[in-house]
Amino acid sequence: MSGTLRRAAAALLRWGRGSGGVGLQGTGVRAAGSGAGGGQAEQLDALVKKDKVVVFLKGTPEQPQCGFSNAVVQILRLHGVRDYAAYNVLDDPDLRQGIKDYSNWPTIPQVYLNGEFVGGCDILLQMHQNGDLVEELKKLGIRSALLDEKQDQDSK
Amino acid sequence: MELSASSLRDKLQRDLEADHVEVEDTTPNRCATSFRVLVVSTKFEGKPLLQRHRLVNECLAEELPHIHAFEQKTLTPEQWTRERQK
Repeated sequence: MSGTLRRAAAALLRWGRGSGGVGLQGTGVRAAGSGAGGGQAEQLDALVKKDKVVVFLKGTPEQPQCGFSNAVVQILRLHGVRDYAAYNVLDDPDLRQGIKDYSNWPTIPQVYLNGEFVGGCDILLQMHQNGDLVEELKKLGIRSALLDEKQDQDSK
Repeated sequence: MELSASSLRDKLQRDLEADHVEVEDTTPNRCATSFRVLVVSTKFEGKPLLQRHRLVNECLAEELPHIHAFEQKTLTPEQWTRERQK
């Protein structure tokens, strides 16, 4: 997986655009944990809208308990997205089922950007590979770190 | 309900009128609980990734709760042709 990610990052660096935007100084990932308060639709609605980037994982960003959750964490890390809310569904069975029902999506991890469901690991990975993720982050006012790496390389 | 690479392949092929389907059992000991699928279908044309994946999820709604890990790739015939030329 890391090999794939590295290749994808390299591919993205080759054609990523580098203009505008302000780097987001993240306050770090909040391990939101089990404070989600179960899986009621209204609560989940508030939860996914509370932060610009929200992920539901098996495990935590520091210790993902599943390869797919880990991939989501690594993709966000590559883009320098540090300020996101992560909820561990393994801490809360109601949340685990509730978010699947709420998103109408059968698997974990799940990614929300600006309150909108984006998809799971496969979709995030493909968005990373085709450059869409950089654009989506830009819409949120988050400048992907991959753009800065591109600039660094250009200036060398 | 039968959970096997061939049963998943048949179902995807039929319900999504797929031109091409690949199903790989990715369980280390091939105990058929983890799968990676590639579906090529004209039904994906003009649809964003999320909607394509939803079509696949709907098709396998009965099976997915019993599947531990599921990876999917959804391509239009045109994308599939380009992919193979790479």
